[in-house]
Amino acid sequence: MKRILSLFVVCFGFIAVLSAQDFPEQPNPPRLVNDFANVLSPEEEQSLERKLVAFDDTTSTQIAIVTITDLGPYEIADYSYRLFEKWGIGRAEKNNGALILVAIENRKVWITTGYGLEATLTDALSKRIVENSLKPAFKAGAYAAGLEAASNDIMMVVTGEYKAEPKKKRGRGISAGLIVVFIIFVLIMLSRINQIKRNHMGSSLDLFTLLMLLNSGGRGGGGGGGFGDFSSGGGGFGGFGGGSSGGGGAGGSW
Amino acid sequence: MRTLLIVLGVIFGIGILLYLLIAGPYNNMVSKEETVSTSWAQVQNVYQRRMDLIPNLVNTVRGAANFEKETLAQVIEARANATKVNISADKLTPENIKAFQASQDGLSSALSRLMVVVEKYPDLKATANFTELQSQLEGTENRINVERNKFNETVKDYNSYIRKFPNNLTAGIFGFEKKAYFEAAAGAEKAPEVKF
Repeated sequence: MKRILSLFVVCFGFIAVLSAQDFPEQPNPPRLVNDFANVLSPEEEQSLERKLVAFDDTTSTQIAIVTITDLGPYEIADYSYRLFEKWGIGRAEKNNGALILVAIENRKVWITTGYGLEATLTDALSKRIVENSLKPAFKAGAYAAGLEAASNDIMMVVTGEYKAEPKKKRGRGISAGLIVVFIIFVLIMLSRINQIKRNHMGSSLDLFTLLMLLNSGGRGGGGGGGFGDFSSGGGGFGGFGGGSSGGGGAGGSW
Repeated sequence: MRTLLIVLGVIFGIGILLYLLIAGPYNNMVSKEETVSTSWAQVQNVYQRRMDLIPNLVNTVRGAANFEKETLAQVIEARANATKVNISADKLTPENIKAFQASQDGLSSALSRLMVVVEKYPDLKATANFTELQSQLEGTENRINVERNKFNETVKDYNSYIRKFPNNLTAGIFGFEKKAYFEAAAGAEKAPEVKF
């Protein structure tokens, strides 16, 4: 019995590993440039990431770059579409995402577009970007240069199609969030104090309310700290927005 | 007087209970049916997109010196046939879907024959116009696959919902019927071949 059980565990473990290998999980924290195949230097990755994050911030359009070593049994168009859907690249209500997928060992590259970009970044244009910017660079082994050029091309094509939602200003010093937390904190304190005044009950209950009061004070402080972290972390990639693709795009092999 | 009130109350209660039992599933069915309709519209969209590409493709190919007329004629004919079959979202019966699929598959095979013939014309293949048309056609075929899959998923969701108890009773009263799926094209069910 035990042996059968362990066999089951091994089998399921194997299946889990297999399906996990097919499509990489989103990294945590999320990034737009994901070099799973390790063909970019850290500096190249950084500079691409910075550029794409800035583009996402100003236009809300998300261009993701993924490199993998091997496609497994999938066609690159199919793999690219599935990865796109799994990660949800682009904003959900605009579907304005694009994915450049590079499969190093298969020597294949594919650009998949979200529904919202189909009209501007047409298949013919994607094809042209692949032929003119990606293939020549990749043939020379210059992956970063190719991806740099291709992302510039895509940015040029889709600029003006979508605008970023006006963001709530994250002010320096005291942010709006901190003020709200502070007001809530004061309100809680006031209500607790009122309760104590009104109750005038036995000493044990007073002690209890005092404890509650201390507790809520602690919680309020924690909230404030969280907000502080948030504003200091501003500028990084905020994560994929749940965009969807209809499988459009183009690519080729180099 | 009192008993009359109680009886009225009970009837009223039962009425509300029945309403709650039926209204929820009914509204769900309506919205699920709407989802199927939208995804069917998407399917028709992508097929239409392919048909819109064909005149352009035919003209580009025709320009090439002495291109085989017969292959071109077959594509044009298959396209004409495919335009004839149009199915509205409320008539998604198995027969209709089958007819739709047959007409589109006819076009698919005419197109792939054309692409094979094109291989014999390297000059044509090399033109920018043709490579871009080809990539558009390829992208459209991918979109067709994606939308067909999405359509099948919404149909599956709808069908399994209306066939479950007690939803099937509500579905029967209001005439919600099972909808048909797309079937995989012959050969498509084979697993992709892995080469080492």
